[in-house]
Amino acid sequence: MAEEVKLLKTWSSPFGLRIVWALKLKGIHFDPIDEDLSNKSSLLLQYNPVYKKIPVLVHNGKPISESLVILEYVDETWKQNPLMPQDPYERAIARFWAKFGDDKVFLSIWSVFIKQGKDQEALQEAMENLKFLEENLKGKKFFGGEKIGYLDIALGWLANLVSLFEEIIDIKIIDKERFPLLFGWIQEFSQAPIIKESWPPHDKMLTKFQIMLQNKLKLAAAETN
Amino acid sequence: MADEVILLDFWPSMFGMRVRIALAEKGVKYEYKEEDLKNKSPLLLQMNPIHKKIPVLVHNGKPVCESSIIVQYIDEVWKDKAPLLPSDPYKRAQARFWVDFIDKKLFDSGRKTWNTTGEAQENAKKEFIEIIKTLEEQLGDKPYFGGETFGYVDISLIPVYCWLHAYEIYAKFSVEADCPKFTAWAKRCMQKESVSKSLPDQKKVLGFVAELRKRFGLE
Repeated sequence: MAEEVKLLKTWSSPFGLRIVWALKLKGIHFDPIDEDLSNKSSLLLQYNPVYKKIPVLVHNGKPISESLVILEYVDETWKQNPLMPQDPYERAIARFWAKFGDDKVFLSIWSVFIKQGKDQEALQEAMENLKFLEENLKGKKFFGGEKIGYLDIALGWLANLVSLFEEIIDIKIIDKERFPLLFGWIQEFSQAPIIKESWPPHDKMLTKFQIMLQNKLKLAAAETN
Repeated sequence: MADEVILLDFWPSMFGMRVRIALAEKGVKYEYKEEDLKNKSPLLLQMNPIHKKIPVLVHNGKPVCESSIIVQYIDEVWKDKAPLLPSDPYKRAQARFWVDFIDKKLFDSGRKTWNTTGEAQENAKKEFIEIIKTLEEQLGDKPYFGGETFGYVDISLIPVYCWLHAYEIYAKFSVEADCPKFTAWAKRCMQKESVSKSLPDQKKVLGFVAELRKRFGLE
């Protein structure tokens, strides 16, 4: 039976990008559908009625939502080039750090960006979170070991968004001296085949986040007036 | 080699209850260590330095944190008995999705039913019922969320049942009146020894919430 794989995503979403990477790393042909989140398609509303968010993977008509859930589904369905470790303890560790990345690291880095690096507390928290990730890389090329794995994919947004934010606010967040392993991982990961070819266009991303920051600042100014 | 299994926990924690249920389902012998969250033990701080939270499962000296991750770990290690997740990848994805939904939505909403007042509390009550109704829709006519057998989603959700009494007293509502299907499912789960032995008495939980409210200046 011919396999039908669709991926509802956006051109810029790091969560959608995780699934693009996973499918490409496994050599799975899929039909990418870029959504306009200001005008959500009926398909998206039908396939993810609970959150109405992307990404959504649709495999032979059956939808799966939530990027980390989708990642494990992809890994379990297409067994070539396994992304998750085999050992249950290693799997638990990978899941823990992926969750930490989404729950804590992402928000703390976003906070630094939105406050333009001027909030000491936000910077401190981000640095502490990054330190945990730095320790995780000891003796390893990738979070997954010798090869790119689930955790590299889950944390992959770091390799793109952080440098973008650094460029916009002109503050170094992942400093080579302070976080040599993380810095090294970012270089290796960004340049890896498949990862490299999938990054969203740099200039378009720069504009998008510059506008986002401007809007946040305008809002903040309006609230204090 | 004998397994050494320790659970760092706190008796009213719904997250801790999940782990207790999972261990009981698998018949795993373990040492239960009650933590005083106002005075965390050196073991807890060592085993979960990132979040300093319970539950933590310590298996042969190695810590596993985050209740949903612990339950999956338990299922994968003690795989010869009582499977908690389905074997089909699509059904597994659905189970993970709903546990994630419960984690994202249920507990914050539940907390607001007792630690807010006035309009905020009214909204919290409405939101909580809506969440339960969404879950009821998922359950449908099945005996358990996973189908015929008690599993990962059931384990993740049932601990809220012992807290409902407290929510209902403070926000003045009845989950059973609004969500009879959910209540029937909960009572079915409570028939299982692994569940009934893992959940504290709802009156004890009510007493605990009353203490918390005093501390927050709500009493």
